[in-house]
Formats: sequence, C-alpha cells, structure tokens
Amino acid sequence: MNIRQEMEMEEIIYRRPSTLTELSTGYCPGCTHGVAHRLVAEVIDEMGIRGQTIGVAPVGCSVFAYKFIDVDFVQAAHGRAPAMATGIKRALPDRIVFTYQGDGDMISIGTGEIVHAATRGENITVIFINNANFAMTGGQMAPTTLPGMKTTSSPLGRDVEQMGYPIRACEVLATLDGTSYVVRRSLHNPKNIRMAKKAIRIAFEAQARGMGFSMVELLSTCPTNWGLSPVQATKWLEEKMLPYYPLGDYKVHPTLSDLKI
Amino acid sequence: MQTEFVFSGFGGQGVMFAGQLLSYAAMDDGLHVTWFPSYGPEMRGGTANCVVIISDEEIGSPMVRNPKAAVVFNLPSLDKYEPLVQPGGLMVINASMVNREVGRDDITCVRVPANEIAEKVGDKRMVNMVMLGALIANLPIVPLSSLEKALREHLPQRHQRLLPANLLALKEGSVYLAEKAVK
Amino acid sequence: MSRQLLKGNEAIAEAAVRAGLQAYFGYPITPQTELLEYLSLRMPELGRGFVQAESELAAINMVYGAACTGARVMTSSSSPGISLMMEGLSYIAGTELPVVMVDVMRGGPGLGNLGPSQGDYNQIVHGGGHGDYHCLALAPSNVQEAIDMTAEAFDLAEQYRMITWIVIDGLIGQIMEPAELPPMQPLKTSYPDWATRGAEGGRKARLLKSFYVDTLEEEAVNIRMLKRWQEAREHLVRYRAYYMEDAQFAVIGFGSAGRIALSAVRAARAEGIKVGLLRPLVISPFPEAVVREVADRLEGILVVEMNAGMMLDDVLLATEKKTPVEFYGRVGGNAPLPDEILEEIHRLAKGPLTTSGHPRDRWFNRISKNN
Repeated sequence: MNIRQEMEMEEIIYRRPSTLTELSTGYCPGCTHGVAHRLVAEVIDEMGIRGQTIGVAPVGCSVFAYKFIDVDFVQAAHGRAPAMATGIKRALPDRIVFTYQGDGDMISIGTGEIVHAATRGENITVIFINNANFAMTGGQMAPTTLPGMKTTSSPLGRDVEQMGYPIRACEVLATLDGTSYVVRRSLHNPKNIRMAKKAIRIAFEAQARGMGFSMVELLSTCPTNWGLSPVQATKWLEEKMLPYYPLGDYKVHPTLSDLKI
Repeated sequence: MQTEFVFSGFGGQGVMFAGQLLSYAAMDDGLHVTWFPSYGPEMRGGTANCVVIISDEEIGSPMVRNPKAAVVFNLPSLDKYEPLVQPGGLMVINASMVNREVGRDDITCVRVPANEIAEKVGDKRMVNMVMLGALIANLPIVPLSSLEKALREHLPQRHQRLLPANLLALKEGSVYLAEKAVK
Repeated sequence: MSRQLLKGNEAIAEAAVRAGLQAYFGYPITPQTELLEYLSLRMPELGRGFVQAESELAAINMVYGAACTGARVMTSSSSPGISLMMEGLSYIAGTELPVVMVDVMRGGPGLGNLGPSQGDYNQIVHGGGHGDYHCLALAPSNVQEAIDMTAEAFDLAEQYRMITWIVIDGLIGQIMEPAELPPMQPLKTSYPDWATRGAEGGRKARLLKSFYVDTLEEEAVNIRMLKRWQEAREHLVRYRAYYMEDAQFAVIGFGSAGRIALSAVRAARAEGIKVGLLRPLVISPFPEAVVREVADRLEGILVVEMNAGMMLDDVLLATEKKTPVEFYGRVGGNAPLPDEILEEIHRLAKGPLTTSGHPRDRWFNRISKNN
C-alpha cells in the first residue's frame, strides 16, 4: 500500500483551514494569537465567506493577523480599527467586515472608536484579544492589567489608587443598545477553545444577518511578557484572569440564542 | 462698475433674505453678485448683517469698508453704518425702529416706517420687503420687476402662501423716494 | 444647467455628490458644518454612505477604511478638526489612497475663532502628519471654482493616488454666488486592482497598509510616492493671471486673499499703476516655475496672505531672492480689506525696493508699530 492509498483510507480529522496561510507562526511560544487566528479562519471556511470578508488589523502584536488569515486585509492606526471597519462596511454593506484587536489597542487608545461603533450598532464583528498588557511594545500596563499585576510600566504592581482599575470591555459594551452579541471566552484549554470558536461563528452569523455590532472577547496568554512558561501562563490565566474577567454571555440577541450552529 | 449694499438689523427681521432676494434678482439679470453674511456666534447673538455686491465684472472682495448703500433695520445698525456709507451714497432707515436724525449731509437718506407699513400689509414679517422696495426705488440697480420675479421663484416653498403680501410690501416700500437723488 | 445662487459649503457638498461621492464621514465644526448637514440628508436620499462620526479622529479613519474599497470618499472639517485628523492622513498617504479633503480654515492657533484664515497653509502644503508625503491642494476663491475643483479633486486623487485638498476659509464657505453645478455622474462600477473588496472568485488576498518592517521596502514605497509627486509638480500647474501682460508689479495671493487683492489691483490700475495679480489655483504643488518666470519680468512682488507669510516662503524660494518681494498679511482670523492691500501696492510702486532682508521682518516691523 503506497502513501496515497494509505491516506485515502485515513479519516482526516485535523487540517489547516484553507483561509489560514501556510506561513509558520511568528508569535512567541505559548501565545494564543495563533489559536485565535485559526478559529477565525475555520469560521470563515465553514461559512464559505472568504471572498466576501475584509479584515482590519490593529497596531500591536496582532497587526500580523493579515499574514496568517488569508482574506483581504487593511491595517489600521492604533485603536482606530472600528472606525476603519465602519468606513469599509458603509462603502460595502454586503461584505463581512471584522476587526482583530488587542486590549491596548481597543480599550485604551481606541476606547472612543469601539464604544461608538458599538452604540451605532455598526454591523461589524470584533475579535478582542485580552492578554492584560501591551505586548508588542514589551509588556507595559494596559487598561486590562489586573490590580497588583507587575508590568514594565507598573514594576511594583498595578496600584489601583494611582493607576485606576481595569476595564471590563464586555460588561461596558453590553449596556449599549446597538450591540447584538457580546461574549467573553477564553483560550486556555481545549474545551474553552471549542466554546470560543462557536462564539466567533455566532458573531459572524449575527453580522451576516445584519443584526449589528458583535464582539467576542478572548482571554489570551502572553508568556513572554508575563515572564512565565507557556504551561504556567495558561494556569495563570485560569487562576488570575478568570476571576476578574468572568466568562459568559453579556448580550445575546434573542434571535441568536435560537441559532443552531 | 460695482455697487455694494449692506443689510443690517436684528436677527428675525429678514435681513439676510432681503440681501438674498436682491442677489437672486441681480443673478437673473445676468450680473455678477456676491452675498456674504456675518457668520459665527454673532449670528445667534441678535444682530445680523450681510453684504451684497453687484457688478458687471468678476467680483474681487466680497467685503467692503465703505458701501454705496446701507439698509438699516434698527438703531445699532444706523450707529454702525452711518459713518461708513460712501459720500453720495444711500441709507434706507427703518424709521419705526430709529429715534434719531442722521448727522451726515453728504449722503441720501430715506426714512421708511417699515414696521407700520408691514402691519398695514397684514404681516409684520414683511419689514424686509418694505425696506428692499425703498432701496431699489432710490438706487435702481435692478428693476422692481426683477425683485418680483425673484420673489416668485425663490421664496421658500413653506412661505409661498405669503407671496401676495411680500409683493405688496415691496411695492409699498418703493413709493418712498428721497428728496435728494443718489449720486 | 442654469446658474443658481449657491453657498460655498453647500456647493462643494453637491459638487462632490455629482462627482460620484460614495461615502462621507464628518464631524460638526464651524464654519464647515453646512457641508455635513447638507450631506446628512443628501447621501442617504441617494442610498450612499453617511456617518456623523464621534470625533474627527474617527471620521478620518472611516474615510481611510472606505478609501480602501476604492470608493470615492470625502470628509470636511475646519482647522482644529483637521489637526485632529493628521494621524489618519499620514496613514492614508502611506497607504497611497485617493481621498478628498475639504478644509474650511479658521483663525488659530488653538481653538482660535471662526474668522476666515489661511493659517493651515503649512499644515497642508508642507506636511501636517508624520513622515515623508505630499498632498495635492486646490485653492478656489469663488463658488464656481469650488464646484469645478471639487469635481476634479476626485479624478486627481485617483490619478496620483494622493490626498487631494480643497482649501477654503469661512469666507468662501459662507458666501453665496451664482454658479453652475455639473451634471450628476454615475457611480463607479470598476475598481482598481489594489482595492480590498473581498477576495471573490478565489483570487489572491490583498493587503493595504502603511507598515513596512523592512526599511528598504519602506524606502521603495517612499520613492514611488515621490515619483508621483514629481509628476504632479510637472503637470499640475494652475494659476489665474490678471492684468499681467504689461505689469511692472504683481500681487500674489491665493483663495480669499487672492480675490480680495483683485479689488485692490483694479483700484491701483485705475490710478495708473501697472500692477497685476497672480492667483495660484493649485497651491500644492506650488507653481514655482511660473512664479520664477514672471518674477524675472517684474520690478517687485507683493505677497498677500491671511497668515504670517506661509506661501511667502515658497515665493521667496521660487524667486531665488532675485526680485524684490514685500509681504502683507492679516492673522488670527481676519481678512484684509482692499484698501489695506492698495496701500501696500502704493508702497511697492513708490519703492525703494530691496532683495536683502526678509519681507516678513519688514511687514512685522510695520505692524508692530501699530500694535
């Protein structure tokens, strides 16, 4: 039996989604950006929307999303991805437009843009990566940095008296009437990754149905800047981040709760 | 050859529209014209003015230091523009709102009780048309018929029912002729 | 089409609509707001994109996004809002996208005031945002020019893949003049091969960015942009000359200052002074070759601006200081009246004139005596 025959007999259970490029990852070992990219690519494949989808890359580590997710992409200024996505969507209302933003990008410098895109009910999807720090610039404090957490710009730990409290983006945005789907998921283990993928699918489906703003927050690891090994980082996420950022559905339009994915 | 007009008064007296109507008439007569308003916060502060320039060639500055004619709807406007009108120029004064004489004798003045005439016509909002009628009677840069035509064509749709009153007000104003003709 | 009495701001808005504007994003600021208000009704009526953004920052980035689709897009603002847009403009320039901008300049710096000004000249002609880039800038001085230039701005932006400005001030924005609008153009149906509109039919995915980690790649992009700029410098030379045939002196001014100077030039001509007017219609690229050429024939030049001598520097570079240049400016949101410029023409004609020193210093010394 040659290899070809052998392959035909095998059932393929895992392969690269066609919307993911063949490029090897440039992210640090243990970083979950790669997982998030893959989930987005799988959803685009499953929905058959590669030709209709336009991505907006942010500033930060995940600017390189455009290298890995094989759809038309534009690259925004820091924090402005929701505004840029708005421009694309208003010019091309029948396309699927998503932003892929980190926490420094979306909820620090880009707070105005994300809040107003959400409240306008802008029919776009936001993939929000929360790893509790500004990673690309070397691990500075972000709005999402946990109280007491050490970063290169809060070397003694985030002192909430001086530096304020973290922002819980889902809880804030879910209060806005323009949103259709706002949920928080995590990428620290396979079960949660599967739940994250389902959420990303629903978010894209919400957009395809013209239901307005959808966002999936993904709690993610940053082993390099956290100073932890990949395994320790997933553990840290589970122990430290989950209590502060509870997973769950913060806003689900009734039509979407009936959706069979 | 160009002629400059200033229209000035309180907001709500129809000052801007009076200037616009003159501009429409000049445009329809094939002349060059500019209408330039005071704009910005003062627009909402009670006073309003606009400068209209009519010319037979391309107009340079839409603003002017010394206008040929000033149409003043109230006392502050008289105070402001009396020193500025060109010698030999014209002032049309709303006598209903002004309680003093004009100090200059090198300009032509027409005093029009515009508020009373407007009320007689049936609508106190017609003050601007009375004043415009008097202006054109004394400085016929466009014929009265052009103003009438402009009214018919450019009075906003929501005000069309007021067309007869507007036309009448123009005519009533136009009978006020100065003793001394404008140079 | 017959002539209509049109307000500058609204005329620009309608001209953009007729040029095939597909999406507009803006934010209210005086004295530009009529543009936004006009389009808030007009664009949805035609089924086209309109968003009143939460800030100028968001507006320019919406423009950026829409421009990536190859659509005809525009925003408008006034000086403080334009400053806020500079980040996005640098990105748009770096991504080599065609975008039309309208700046209805007002007095500054800071919040300044609503008066007419030309204080954004340097911001628009010589930079603004970070990095090496240039924009095209058209400076109408009346409503008809504003209409014609707006229509053409979209073509120029696409031809050169450059940000193209319509630069006016509150005077041109608020004035009403008779003007003729062009007929309605059909919307675009074909799009350039760089536009990110979705990789339909399995085509290769496209990427639009202003981000080049490889510095040599970024250098190549800069040089490509510079090449288009050099082409524009050669081909996009527009100005209007008045009474220049026998002129011994010339006034140079753009936009409002240029048209106000026309009144002064006519008054001077009536007195027998052989003075002409050169009014640049395109201020970026600055028509340096034209200025150099006329300067050779002139005894003296008067630059008039509603700023402290920004275009003046470009005139001085063009004349290579071979021809005497004088300057008159009003700053802080004020426009000169014709008699002020006439007085400066008298000074020019009377002499003595010099090529040494700086005209701004002489102007400043004169006005400091009165202030």
